[in-house]
Amino acid sequence: MPEALDLSLYAKPAGNGTLGMELAVDGIACGACIARIEGAVKRLPGVTEARLNYTNRRLQVSWTDGTTQPAQILQALEDSGYHGHPFVPQRAEQAEAAEARKLTRCMAVAGFAAMNIMLLSVSVWSGNVTDITPETRDFFHWASALIALPAAAYAGRPFFASAWRALKSRALNMDVPISLGVILALGMSVVETANHAEHAYFDSAIMLLFFLLVGRTLDHAMRRKTRAIAGNLAALKAETAHRFAGDELVSVPVAALKAGDRLLVKPGERVPADGTVLGGNSEIDESLITGETARRKIISGATVYAGSMNYSGALTLKVTAAGGAALIDEIEKLLDKAASAKSRAMRLADRASRIYAPLVHATAALTLAGWLIAGASLHDALVTAIAVLIITCPCALALAIPAVQVVASGALFRANVILNAGDAIERLAEVDTVIFDKTGTLTLPEPRVANIEALDPELLQMAARLALSSRHPLAVALAREARMRAPYEGAVEEPGQGVRAFIDGVEARLGSAEFCGFTHARMSGMENDSSHSTIYFRTGCRSAIIAISQKLRPDAVEVIKALVQFGFDLRILSGDRDEAVAPVARALGIDYWQGGLKPADKIALIESLKANGRRVLMVGDGLNDAPSLAAAHVSMSPISAADVTQAQADAVFLGERLKPVLDAVVISRRAGGLMTENLWLAAIYNAIAVPVAIAGAVTPLIAALAMSGSSLLVTLNALRARRS
Amino acid sequence: MNVLIYLVPMALGLGLAGLFAFLWALKSGQYSDVDGAALRVLSDDDLEK
Repeated sequence: MPEALDLSLYAKPAGNGTLGMELAVDGIACGACIARIEGAVKRLPGVTEARLNYTNRRLQVSWTDGTTQPAQILQALEDSGYHGHPFVPQRAEQAEAAEARKLTRCMAVAGFAAMNIMLLSVSVWSGNVTDITPETRDFFHWASALIALPAAAYAGRPFFASAWRALKSRALNMDVPISLGVILALGMSVVETANHAEHAYFDSAIMLLFFLLVGRTLDHAMRRKTRAIAGNLAALKAETAHRFAGDELVSVPVAALKAGDRLLVKPGERVPADGTVLGGNSEIDESLITGETARRKIISGATVYAGSMNYSGALTLKVTAAGGAALIDEIEKLLDKAASAKSRAMRLADRASRIYAPLVHATAALTLAGWLIAGASLHDALVTAIAVLIITCPCALALAIPAVQVVASGALFRANVILNAGDAIERLAEVDTVIFDKTGTLTLPEPRVANIEALDPELLQMAARLALSSRHPLAVALAREARMRAPYEGAVEEPGQGVRAFIDGVEARLGSAEFCGFTHARMSGMENDSSHSTIYFRTGCRSAIIAISQKLRPDAVEVIKALVQFGFDLRILSGDRDEAVAPVARALGIDYWQGGLKPADKIALIESLKANGRRVLMVGDGLNDAPSLAAAHVSMSPISAADVTQAQADAVFLGERLKPVLDAVVISRRAGGLMTENLWLAAIYNAIAVPVAIAGAVTPLIAALAMSGSSLLVTLNALRARRS
Repeated sequence: MNVLIYLVPMALGLGLAGLFAFLWALKSGQYSDVDGAALRVLSDDDLEK
């Protein structure tokens, strides 16, 4: 293996002559792995500490400088059956960790305050109907104020800050009515307490903050957990570049690249560093850098930037600026998208708050005016109006969607589905048609060459070496047979067709029969054998038909059967030839299938389904599926998919099984239903509570019961998304 | 009812003690790997040494 990785870049001095490194570890299956991993690493000379965080699957190692090489730690992991890669926390992840700690502290303070104030409030409520003296009540109210005011000032900051930001940009969000309600409730309670009144609303204000903070903290924790796992996957998968060392290709971490290095950038990969193209033709998507979505044609001599997506051909690149400022990691893009794309139902909730906030504020104003006209004192009218604001504080409304979101993404996570897009759950919930790609999606991602004995070894080697320049799953399987790891310079991949290059001045083509100029008369009959896929190779007058065997995912048949039972319309759209698709479709019992499709054909079919009002879930993994994944209503890809494809998918699923796809639609369907239900519950709550408040009949006891009751109701309802 | 003058502050003090204990635990990273802690307790390789 030429992968002599130089990882000293990742080792950070940790004081006392020791070095420290954090690794993402793959393959952890059970609790026993903790001891096995830590034991294996600790046996290395000089290792002083190895601690595995089981929650985010990261290993913290420190060792005495000069005793052990970082690569040895990786090797030790590899030898015990685990795969590890150094991990550098992204800035976004660090910021999020800080935010999570802040939210948890706020929640703890609000929780403490809510419990203690409730203790005092319950005494007052029971005292009010028995024999509490006004002095004791005032004492209890002042004690409540003493707890509530500092606690609200501390724990309310996330809401006040967000409300202030919204108001400054002349917008309204859910935090505006929340902040207003809390501040008014506290202010009124202080005034009432000073006037020796019977009622104070300290408990309502603090409880509201507590419930909302619990919701936000859980939402945050779940998002952090998926982010950590996704960050690990990215570290394990994406942080290497293919560097030429002489004629050989060596994988090196991107951070180790230096100006002047020669790299190979395969189709479907991001350019790892800024550079000048030495050879190859391609198109690159620079939308990450310039915002321009039209692709740029790249020929020799062109300049490319780190983070651009290489689409069609392998490029040989000379690095001009390594780890440059323009470098944008796949990770950052994928995850920031997940963070920023708030779910559509959330946006719906925000839109609702845009109607809701003026509505409740108008209701409160009308209540004030109404009571004044009816002859009530200004004080009584004001108290009633503020009670309306307190009772309508959108506790249930603000919890309705995040609560479901937390529970559903937790359930999806356990089902090995990682969400890329924040609104994937709602879009998955609407799906009625599922389109599968065949290669790598319904079948296992790693096929093998099946007819090695029948092939001319020299031709096989040429074909395999040519296959190094392609990301198509069949080519990757073929490339495993290549003894020479150096790809041909200037190889060009035609998406959905094949790859070609000039070998010693003769054009060689590898790919579909059409692409390689095979006519039906020349085919040998092997392509009719349903257990194989064939890949064609031609150079000059010599040619070979290479059979690659494919296996269905182990649970594909049951999953498809279950999907049919749920009433989904299932289809297979494959770029593979009909003869290979037919047996798969037959084995799975899918009636509607089409083979030999170009990427554009797939999009056309999806668009026509969309035009008929269908909501399409596209499940695919290949470079040629990327456009159709983007075109579909919602999309999923296996973790083995090409980078470009994964960047388009709304959700990624792990493992060898197809079951996550079924789980994803089933869990999301239930979650979507629960979100709607919750919004209705919140609306019904308001419809009942508001008239009571307008009538002036709301006491702190009623406010507390109504608020906790409605929050509890939506939260419990959300928990139903757990069952899978 | 004079007993309340010191009972209420005592109750608050106990609550505050709990709050600070939680904040301390949070700060010292005791909640950073809750899944692992649950599993580590079952491992007995510390007995071999």
